[in-house]
Amino acid sequence: MNDQRMNCPECDATIKIPDDASVGEIVSCPDCGADFEIASKNGGVCELKHAEKVGEDWGE
Amino acid sequence: MPKVRIVFDRVRLEEKMLEQKAIELGHDTKMIDAKTTQFTTESKKNDYDFGDVVLERCVSYFRGLHFTAALEFLDIPVINSTEVANNCGNKMLTSLLLKKHNVPTPKTYFTFSSEAAVETLEKDGYPLVIKPIIGSWGRGVIPLRDRETADAIIEVRELNDGPLDRIYYLQEVVARPPRDIRAISVGDQLIAAMYRTSTGGGFKTNIALGAEPIVCEITKDLEDICMKASKAVGGGILGIDVMEDEKRGFVVHEVNNTVEFKGLSKVAKKNIPKEMIDYAIGYAKR
Repeated sequence: MNDQRMNCPECDATIKIPDDASVGEIVSCPDCGADFEIASKNGGVCELKHAEKVGEDWGE
Repeated sequence: MPKVRIVFDRVRLEEKMLEQKAIELGHDTKMIDAKTTQFTTESKKNDYDFGDVVLERCVSYFRGLHFTAALEFLDIPVINSTEVANNCGNKMLTSLLLKKHNVPTPKTYFTFSSEAAVETLEKDGYPLVIKPIIGSWGRGVIPLRDRETADAIIEVRELNDGPLDRIYYLQEVVARPPRDIRAISVGDQLIAAMYRTSTGGGFKTNIALGAEPIVCEITKDLEDICMKASKAVGGGILGIDVMEDEKRGFVVHEVNNTVEFKGLSKVAKKNIPKEMIDYAIGYAKR
């Protein structure tokens, strides 16, 4: 498995994105803890966007 | 080849399991992000690729509810329906429907002002459990054991002043073992059940809060009450929460619309995603 590595848009640390990660999944920066959603995936190239904050209406 | 679509706003393990199973079963499967989809009053079914059936799996209740309404407007079969999502998403509506359909459920009080809530607590006695009428993962579920706690919680609600904070849902504390049962119904079958034991002697038993899943045998009594509860809210794919009252036996306290099952899938005998996908395909053929 070849994990993709991206720089955290917040703190520039390296974020590993698993090869089998899907669009809509959340990845977290190991340094600053910011959460990002995988917005798109084209081959091995991912685009990240800030993940939504947990809402009051989230859950089952 | 049947076309299955899974609508999400955040992909959790459950959505990945459903997608993978649908693909394994040979269905044309696509994931659709609710956050990037747009509708208008002029939208037509053929403008989209929603396939033969949609499993609505948004983690945001209101997003999922309104997305479902848009899908139904386009005459797309969607699980669960807007009506079921609405019935399950609002604890007050759920309690009323359960009682109306003779499903044993904890005694619950509804008041529409803080003064009336305090009056209920003073009259009927502590403790009662206060729950937000919309919310999940056990958030805001607090046992009110005395006046001091009640005043504090009510004050916080008044400061927040959300429209739903003015509706007070107060439920009896059920005398039960420190666990509850989560069962999953798919159509007219109860496919799996587990005990959820609270961690560290706590009050809440949500898996999202760390409760440990332990397999629960599906007895006829459990199946009967769960299927009655499912019918009461309108049926579909549901997570039914049951407590074991020391005197009354099983009581249903919640029915969940977008059921999470990663905990239960660890202990269930049946393959939960497969049951759900098979049901969806059957639902599309109706």
